[in-house]
Amino acid sequence: MNRLLLNKVVLVLSTISAFIGIGFLFWILITLSYKGIASIQLSTFTNDLVGGGIRNLIVGQFTMALIATVVAVPLGVLAGIYLREYGHGSKFASLIRTLSDVMTSAPSIVIGVFVFALMVDPVGSFNGWAGIVALAIMMIPIIIGTTDNMLALGLLKLREAGIALGGSKHKIIVQIVLKAAKVGVTTGILLAFARIIGETAPLLFTSANNQFFTMDLTDQFPSLTVSIYNLATYPDAESRELAWAASFILTVIVLVINLLGRYFTRNKH
Amino acid sequence: MGGQFFKNFSFFSATLSFFILVGIFAVLFNLAQESLYTFGFDFLYTEIWEPGEDDEGGIFGGYIPVVGTLLSTLIAMILATPIAMGIAIFLTEIAPEKIVKPFSIAIELLAAIPSIIYGMWGLFYFAPIVQSIFGGNGVGLLTAGIVLAIMIIPFMAAITRDSMNTTPDVLKESAYAIGATKFEVIKDVVMPYSKGGIIGSIILSLGRALGETMAVAFLIGSVMSIPGKVTDPTTSIPVLLANNFAEAQDLELSSMYYLALILFLVSFTVIAVAKFYFLGRKKY
Amino acid sequence: MESNKLTKVMDVKDFFFTYPGAPEPTLKKNNLPIYKNKITALIGPSGCGKSTLLRAMNRIHDLYPGFKYEGKINLLNQESGKMENILKLQKENELIGLRQRIGMIFQKPTPFPMSIYDNVAYGLRLQGIKNKGDLDGMVEKALKDGAIWKEAKDRLKESAMGLSGGQQQRLCIARSVALKPEILLFDEPTSALDPISTGAIEELLSELKKDITIAIVTHNMQQASRLSDYTTFMYLGDIIEFDKTEKIFLNPSVKLTEDYITGRFG
Repeated sequence: MNRLLLNKVVLVLSTISAFIGIGFLFWILITLSYKGIASIQLSTFTNDLVGGGIRNLIVGQFTMALIATVVAVPLGVLAGIYLREYGHGSKFASLIRTLSDVMTSAPSIVIGVFVFALMVDPVGSFNGWAGIVALAIMMIPIIIGTTDNMLALGLLKLREAGIALGGSKHKIIVQIVLKAAKVGVTTGILLAFARIIGETAPLLFTSANNQFFTMDLTDQFPSLTVSIYNLATYPDAESRELAWAASFILTVIVLVINLLGRYFTRNKH
Repeated sequence: MGGQFFKNFSFFSATLSFFILVGIFAVLFNLAQESLYTFGFDFLYTEIWEPGEDDEGGIFGGYIPVVGTLLSTLIAMILATPIAMGIAIFLTEIAPEKIVKPFSIAIELLAAIPSIIYGMWGLFYFAPIVQSIFGGNGVGLLTAGIVLAIMIIPFMAAITRDSMNTTPDVLKESAYAIGATKFEVIKDVVMPYSKGGIIGSIILSLGRALGETMAVAFLIGSVMSIPGKVTDPTTSIPVLLANNFAEAQDLELSSMYYLALILFLVSFTVIAVAKFYFLGRKKY
Repeated sequence: MESNKLTKVMDVKDFFFTYPGAPEPTLKKNNLPIYKNKITALIGPSGCGKSTLLRAMNRIHDLYPGFKYEGKINLLNQESGKMENILKLQKENELIGLRQRIGMIFQKPTPFPMSIYDNVAYGLRLQGIKNKGDLDGMVEKALKDGAIWKEAKDRLKESAMGLSGGQQQRLCIARSVALKPEILLFDEPTSALDPISTGAIEELLSELKKDITIAIVTHNMQQASRLSDYTTFMYLGDIIEFDKTEKIFLNPSVKLTEDYITGRFG
């Protein structure tokens, strides 16, 4: 029967697609590991970029990502709470929610340009704070989205129970609802963190890069991702090797945080 | 007392997204003024990008980066869409339950790999392969388009999968109960039912692809010229910005802002259309 | 004139069914005859297995691999007059053929996302019927048999989703009837509907049985007693009692049946 043949063909093609997708994943991970592990030495971790290592880069990238998180999380969570609790059903909240959603997919290079105009140009030099702000701008909409979703997941009963017990509205919300959503919100934060720690474009002309170890955020700040971009274009083999080492480490970091985030959602019930 | 403060502060946080959005448009528009007044809309069809002497003045046109952005995105979409649909179909209708979870996670990990890693891998491993099959330099429009496709496949597949999963089981069972094959159920019931989400995922992926920077920067060649063949190098707006923004001054810098504005406007519109009309409330 | 001749069109024999991953069978040694042009009701408390048994009859369980069948479900081959075990069917085109002979209507109305006309024509087109004239005629007949022609005839090209719940369910019935099935399986078809729609569908079923054999799962005992000729009472995967409906409801043989009928549990 023609119908059955067509059916088989489509199903086989779909299965092949899935294996193509997985195939690329493994191809990339395997190449990365092979090249990356080969390029790692002790000095990779003990030296800064100026000495052929990536120590300052890892510290720098994490520092900026962490501070961005500290800034973005309260703002994002509060915004998410507002949208779900106070603005429930209002057109305004709906608009903000969708706009925020749109921002999660906005081109990150444009955000870099934006922050450059606000925080780098006027000051005359690249600085770590600008990088942090750029990362935070990317993070906030993501956290708004996940907080919003988590709160929406049937916490109505908990909320009503809380009101029955007395207590002002905001106290109830913060205590009960957030506690129940704690896992979801933590996952959201972890996934958002995993996302921004791998970002390059927003840092290119905000915090740029720094070969030396520094914690001075008013100056150019070391970045793992920007370094990879630079190193990959240098002709010498050592830079190339370092780029692979850095790529490998970065990927491991991102995937581990990602898997951690998913691990937490699994244990939700 | 604390309640009111809390409410106000969370309201402020909520509107922050909106203000940032408006701020971006405002700043970009403002700083693009010089270029906007000098070139107007001609900017969009001018192929030249030439700083003047002493870095002042010059002629700048966005045609090449705009075309490069559109072409690389087009190639990516043509390649990615059928594969992403195939993966979604596999995950929702074909894979046995035990395989679905690990496969889904694998697809989502693929999406989590940073853009710059795709660039590294693409440049050193994939470009030579493209070169040996298609000729050219390895680095060019085609390579960038293919790797861009690989990047958006998991994204599109995940959203399509979620959309297809909303189809009620009884609806599918009804179709089987009339004697339909699995493909017919997918074609006539599942896909029409999740039509909105599927179209939305395609449009959203397009919006994402437009703004993709690092991988494309590694692979498109960064040459200010229109590609004659598909393997020729060219450039795109994000790539031009990534490479040249930091050093640009005066009119050239203003032209960069102009490009950034175009990029932001177009991708914002595309993504907004996807979200507002097709996708409803989603966490992507 | 009521014919006294009883023909068995389907015969469930010593049938066991185990869900994927379940340690024990859900259905245990079920024996059940289904008689031609009669309505057979399956009743019992939640979880007794009545839906599971019904769904075995058109092999819809096959969509969810990992289950286990034991025993036989025999279906009468109209041409040869012989009973064939449908559990033996393996090939996809055999299962498709089976489902064109045994249709199923579900608890929630399930109109396909297409026009009313296309909904009814769907099964016919799958069978290869392409001629518009033929399709038009068959669609009209099916909609009439489904008691929804009047409401649908001026809206054939409109989306089926625009119909009310009761109308959608009648559309689903018309859709199944279009294939001229031998048996129609109904899995609690009115439990999601309002009383008026329920009444309309019950009337429809009484009409349909003149040409089609019907098996219906229902948790509404009054519906079973109104509608059916034969009733099966099930409990925890066993068939406790099977008999003419009058007997089951007025004078059941098994105490458990009586307890259920009188509402002592349920």
